Amino acid sequence: MTTKDTNPEVEPEDGPGPTGESGAEVQAADVALDTAGGTLEPSLVPVSTQSGDTGHQQATLLRRIVMGNGFVSVLAVFVALVLGGVLIASTDPAVAKSAGYFFARPSDFLSALWGAMTKSYIALFQGSVFNPRQGFSPLLETMTVATPLICAGLGVALAFRAGLFNIGAQGQIIISATLGAYAGFAWHLPLVLHLLVVIVMGVIGGAAWGAVVGLLKARTGAHEVIVTIMLNYVALFLLDFLLNTEAFRRPGDNSPISPRLDDSAVYPQLIPGSRLHLGFLVAVALTAGVWWLLNRSTIGFEFRAVGANPAAARTAGVNVQAATVLVMAIAGALAGFGGIAQVAGTEKVLTGGVAAQIGFDSITVALLGRSTPWGTLFAGLLFGAFRAGAVQMQIQTGTPIDIVLVVQSLIVLFIAAPPLIRSIFGLNPGRKKRAKTAVKAAVATGGAK
Amino acid sequence: MGVVKLELKGISKAFGSFYANQDIDLVVEPGQIHCLLGENGAGKSTLMNVLYGLYEPTAGQIVVDGQPRSFRGPGDAMAAGIGMVHQHFMLVPVFTVAENVALGAEPAGPGGILNLEKTRRKIREISERYGFDVDPDALVEDLPVGVQQRVEIIKALVRNAKVLILDEPTAVLTPQETDELLDIMRQLKASGTSIVFISHKLREVKAVSDVITVIRRGKVVGDAPPTASPTELASMMVGRPVSLSLNKAAAQPGERTFVVRDLTVRAANGTNVVDGISFDIARGEILAVAGVQGNGQTELTEAILGVQDHVSGSVTLEGKELLGLPVKEVLRSGVGFVPEDRSHDGLVGPFSVAENLVLDLYDRAPFAKGVGMSPAKVAENAAAKIKEFDIRTPSVGSAAGTLSGGNQQKVVMARELSRPLRLFIASQPTRGVDVGSVEFLHRRIVAERDAGTPVMIVSTELDEVAELADRIAVLYKGKLVGIVPAGTPRDTLGLMMAGVSPEGGSDDN
Repeated sequence: MTTKDTNPEVEPEDGPGPTGESGAEVQAADVALDTAGGTLEPSLVPVSTQSGDTGHQQATLLRRIVMGNGFVSVLAVFVALVLGGVLIASTDPAVAKSAGYFFARPSDFLSALWGAMTKSYIALFQGSVFNPRQGFSPLLETMTVATPLICAGLGVALAFRAGLFNIGAQGQIIISATLGAYAGFAWHLPLVLHLLVVIVMGVIGGAAWGAVVGLLKARTGAHEVIVTIMLNYVALFLLDFLLNTEAFRRPGDNSPISPRLDDSAVYPQLIPGSRLHLGFLVAVALTAGVWWLLNRSTIGFEFRAVGANPAAARTAGVNVQAATVLVMAIAGALAGFGGIAQVAGTEKVLTGGVAAQIGFDSITVALLGRSTPWGTLFAGLLFGAFRAGAVQMQIQTGTPIDIVLVVQSLIVLFIAAPPLIRSIFGLNPGRKKRAKTAVKAAVATGGAK
Repeated sequence: MGVVKLELKGISKAFGSFYANQDIDLVVEPGQIHCLLGENGAGKSTLMNVLYGLYEPTAGQIVVDGQPRSFRGPGDAMAAGIGMVHQHFMLVPVFTVAENVALGAEPAGPGGILNLEKTRRKIREISERYGFDVDPDALVEDLPVGVQQRVEIIKALVRNAKVLILDEPTAVLTPQETDELLDIMRQLKASGTSIVFISHKLREVKAVSDVITVIRRGKVVGDAPPTASPTELASMMVGRPVSLSLNKAAAQPGERTFVVRDLTVRAANGTNVVDGISFDIARGEILAVAGVQGNGQTELTEAILGVQDHVSGSVTLEGKELLGLPVKEVLRSGVGFVPEDRSHDGLVGPFSVAENLVLDLYDRAPFAKGVGMSPAKVAENAAAKIKEFDIRTPSVGSAAGTLSGGNQQKVVMARELSRPLRLFIASQPTRGVDVGSVEFLHRRIVAERDAGTPVMIVSTELDEVAELADRIAVLYKGKLVGIVPAGTPRDTLGLMMAGVSPEGGSDDN
């Protein structure tokens, strides 16, 4: 249960990197995709015009998946929810019973189906946004859960914009949570200063954990996907080890759980009666910060140039290696804020499960947010809602929490296959007909010429 | 071998609201070489992709021998006797010639076992008939580009192509290889194969065509006989009178401020791709580096810029050593650099035109203060440059990758020429650029020379070299064959490009 979110995209990125992703090329790639079934003729690929660069198709495809149209994201969520609903209904006893006499009275079956689907999603909504008993307090819980997802998601999104696939948010969260928590319970400092020290410790930890990846990539060419995955394990087992040492255990207690962080070391609560803490506002501020960094700063300009065309960036005088190290450090720092949100906000203690699935979910969040800062924020909130509402859904309707994981995975699946979504909704105005005929041709010829 | 008459009637192809082809009529008579002439982005390739079944036309009909046909893919087109040789070859490098030719229609013996003997025989047959000199068992990756192109032609002929589409076939060839290809085209024509020849090089078009159809902005402008003058043809392509000769003033060389000594670049395999090259360039002088592609030109310019590893020797600009400096420092020293492959090294495709216009200036005033960038200043600069260089773009925010080749090149040139320079290096400054823009870009380069900048031009096109050069340096296998004055005859240059030292040619250093 570690790499579920990563499967579709772990395709190693092309060494030379993506270049010249012109509209014409994208269109050409689209056509090639749409007609790929039509013929296996090798001469199919170069449908670009004379000046187009036909290479780097794979990297271009990866970029399109991760940075494509936001509308596809919305549709992907919708389709995933519908499919998840069908799954929910299939386990519902009323649906199963009415299916037994489907041909006698199909209306019973359909209403049972509809009922099962809506019941679960209404419960999900009530558990994550609003319900008559608690008002909007479930929304506050959603925001709380979303906080670390947003921070870590920003890290993943930023790295991707620089052409790096950062699978290492999990490890970066763990390291920052460990360091931050230690500073929080082992040191006793004055009120404001203590929290600042906790944050700085954690963020530096995350940044260092990320920078190592950038350094290895820049110096030796090691692939960041492999390195980050391995560093995730290192971080996880390092934490397990530390939790079994005297320094991290509670005095007189053998269980692997740290002492509670000092009250001076945690984020202040924002609204009494909820778990929502200052970390959420920090996450929003970071979102704005990352937006500024990417779109209004020379550093972001370099990152984006390196991500979109490293060869041209190098020719224009950008130090690609330095940018690689820096972007991974910043990505790690952002994930580090996620780790701090966990230990100094939500949990207030350090356990082996402090990072839960956040690091991996954050990859999905960045993907769903199309690697844009604000997109990541909203995607984080959506996933926070799933997590927060799932409990309520299980209590109210008996629908297992795992269904939420299914929906999350389906979202990724649909995002990774944009043509699928487009064809479901018939979104290719100019090419709709062509896609259809291509499919027909493919069927007629059995995929070969 | 039958002959095929091919007609396109009222072909239109729209991408969204943009018409790449509009109501095009074209008749290719059997056994003719029919040239499609047009600027880049005029819609030639789109039309051929429609004909080859890669695009479905929005409107119109393809008629083969009087019968309307509709192609759903290249397979249908091939079945109708249409073959295409793409600009970028579609060959599997690690396969032999025979394997490549068989690919897609593999001849199978009993039990489905691959039997290449028949293919080999056919290849030898075709090779002999047209004098291709292709060995069916050679690995494609070992073959020179010109021979690879013949393999592509053989692929089409083996599939009984009666109409052969050649898309910019001479773009990758040396002058000699180009002549050979033109001979092959004439032979094919003599044996009854019609050829649709796509090009923007007037010399070749005039040499080989029977009919010339000029296309501009997706529409047929008209037909012209091969006897039409280059100026007439160019004017038809561009839609306004074009002057083809530069008429530049004589160079006024000043102090030799750019000095290269014993420059050597060692490749990964241990050979020297640039081998002990020494030359100077004076202020106000254009040195053109000629040579067949792949003889060290790329490495030479990249070594000067500082993106090559394992470089030795010395490169000084106004007394300052450039070797060993980071790229940014070299650029800051006043070097303007136009890379050979603009889409790979010169532009960030998804970036806007405005961003690309500051790609190596983004962190300097007025575009940046500290780490903050000023989008307003970037846009202002873009608006000015778009006007000055006549860059055709829908807006300053359009992605540079969506522009036509000529306009992309203008973006790169505008950027590199928009600051005070002490040295200007441009590789293939007009590759893939339409006739109208070539004239403009050449004038800009000469203007930079006349402003007193040493200019180094790398070009594989002798026309361009002859047009721009004050002196010509020829590279062969990483070595400098010689430096000759501008008026040197083409034949001499051709021999030098094959590695023969010029007789009495002085090494003017």
